[in-house]
Amino acid sequence: MITIVVPIKQVPDMERVKFNTETGTVDRTSAPGEINPFDLNALEAAVQIREKLGGTVTTISMGPPQAESSVRDTLSRGADRGILLVDRAFAGADTLATSYTLASAIRKLGEFDLIVCGEKTVDGDTGQVGPEIAEWLGIPHVAYVSEIKEIGEKFTVICDMEGDRYSIESRLPLLITVTKDINVPRLPTFADKLKARKAEVEKWTAEALSSVADPSRFGLKGSPTRLHKVIVPSEAGRKGEVFRGSTAETTAKIVDAFEEGGVLENIR
Amino acid sequence: MNGYQGLMVFAEQRGGKIHPVSYELLGKGREIADKLTVGLSSVLLGNQMEEEAEELVYYGADKAFLYDDPALEEFNLLNYKHNIVKLIEEVKPEIFLLGATHLGRSLGPRIAVALSTGLTADCIGLDVDEQNNLVQIRPAFSGNILAYIKTSTRPQMSTIRYKVMQKRERDPGRRGEIIRKNVELVDPLLTLINKETLGGVNIAEADVIVSGGRGLKRPEDFGILQGLADLFGGVVGSSRPLVDDGWIGKEHQVGFSGNTVKPRLYIACGISGSPQHLAGMRGADTIVAINTDPSAPIFRVADYGIVGDLYEIVPELTSKLKGRYSK
Repeated sequence: MITIVVPIKQVPDMERVKFNTETGTVDRTSAPGEINPFDLNALEAAVQIREKLGGTVTTISMGPPQAESSVRDTLSRGADRGILLVDRAFAGADTLATSYTLASAIRKLGEFDLIVCGEKTVDGDTGQVGPEIAEWLGIPHVAYVSEIKEIGEKFTVICDMEGDRYSIESRLPLLITVTKDINVPRLPTFADKLKARKAEVEKWTAEALSSVADPSRFGLKGSPTRLHKVIVPSEAGRKGEVFRGSTAETTAKIVDAFEEGGVLENIR
Repeated sequence: MNGYQGLMVFAEQRGGKIHPVSYELLGKGREIADKLTVGLSSVLLGNQMEEEAEELVYYGADKAFLYDDPALEEFNLLNYKHNIVKLIEEVKPEIFLLGATHLGRSLGPRIAVALSTGLTADCIGLDVDEQNNLVQIRPAFSGNILAYIKTSTRPQMSTIRYKVMQKRERDPGRRGEIIRKNVELVDPLLTLINKETLGGVNIAEADVIVSGGRGLKRPEDFGILQGLADLFGGVVGSSRPLVDDGWIGKEHQVGFSGNTVKPRLYIACGISGSPQHLAGMRGADTIVAINTDPSAPIFRVADYGIVGDLYEIVPELTSKLKGRYSK
């Protein structure tokens, strides 16, 4: 029997979300929220391990009330229990405060053996929250796991780091962050979705974590990094010359442009 | 602030060789240190790394802290973290920088939490403001915005993307101090049982990348792109769908969930330019797009575009360039 926790995040669909190019803000109403795609691989890995060893998979997310739909979605994809950490006190959190809040909730759950995170989120793209949770909990972690070789008392995982493949063995408890290579997440059936619709998503406020956490570390006030300003980079500096015509003409123009621009000068 | 002063750069080594991003960070670190008139140190963990520690000085460090032990030859997360955290608590640098490599992005967060400080991921620019606070610039939302971030705690920590900072010219006449530190080994938990180095392409290092997307009809047609790439010792890249379909290995994938690349020349063939692909290649010096669809988003980030069929254009372009440039 194994107790697994999967922290997840609701993110905007990055292929559809609109940006206000004046203010650099994201219009979150322009695209529906969905589970961070990397977290689906984490959930799938957790469910596969539970299917072999028995036990439970609990998903936890910190987010606004509408993130409930993503936690509910995890229940249709094999999670046994879903918890949403929802409180104004959690808002404005950077990775330090986010990881602290998630780690506190995991402490509150009690016993756990394994935490599985996606390698990063598609919106924040820091990849920091997983390793930071492990540090708050004082457990080892292995990041960028592309394969799980052995499960049981000990875990052996493959970690990919820029062309080097490390096989690493660890006892539990352990946190891993997984890449997209690890599996192909299953799709929920209609029956799964129906069941999840009726299931309860537990909601925990800051008050619920008061026995395990220091509330001054939550949200904006627990966040040492602050966004100072945002700019929208233009594709300035790009020439944007588009050639049309016969193959002979267009390729000749490109070769001339390379010569004029010295494009190939410093290449080998 | 509270006696914190100077900069420290984590010098990453793999297989006994210092990763070039560490020299780049020393270059940028030197520039900031001179602006603030403070010192620049570096920390290196490994086995028999005395000579490499000297290199850190040649590239700009005033001091190199060296943790030399056979147990540190390979990356061990908990041993690395323990010794670095202890060093930071002793030396109190106000800024601590790591490369945004897989190793740096795994180790950095552990150090940040252990020190209860902020960490800004994957920066592409650094500056200091009028109050001498570090300004960290990073792309967010697939590179659609650039966020300027400041940190209220010390040390101010960032991971910095490879190939965005300039390293200084190596100066073997430069003098500095190599300080050997006592190594503490604390980790009984994580055991490395095997390390395998995959051969093949290192797309992040390539100067020329010729990439294919949905416009390719068959996996073997990557050979057409390879012919063009070969003229310049370049490599072939791919958008994600073709990697997902098993046409080419993941090591060739350019984009958000693949590799971020910054070649001198990027030629996108039959790639429409999804946000996730653009996030991985918009840092290229020169971008060329070849696509039959003139409305493809890739043209909006390109320096030069050709509206046409890659099956005609690429072979013709290869033969024209071969005549002029082949060495």
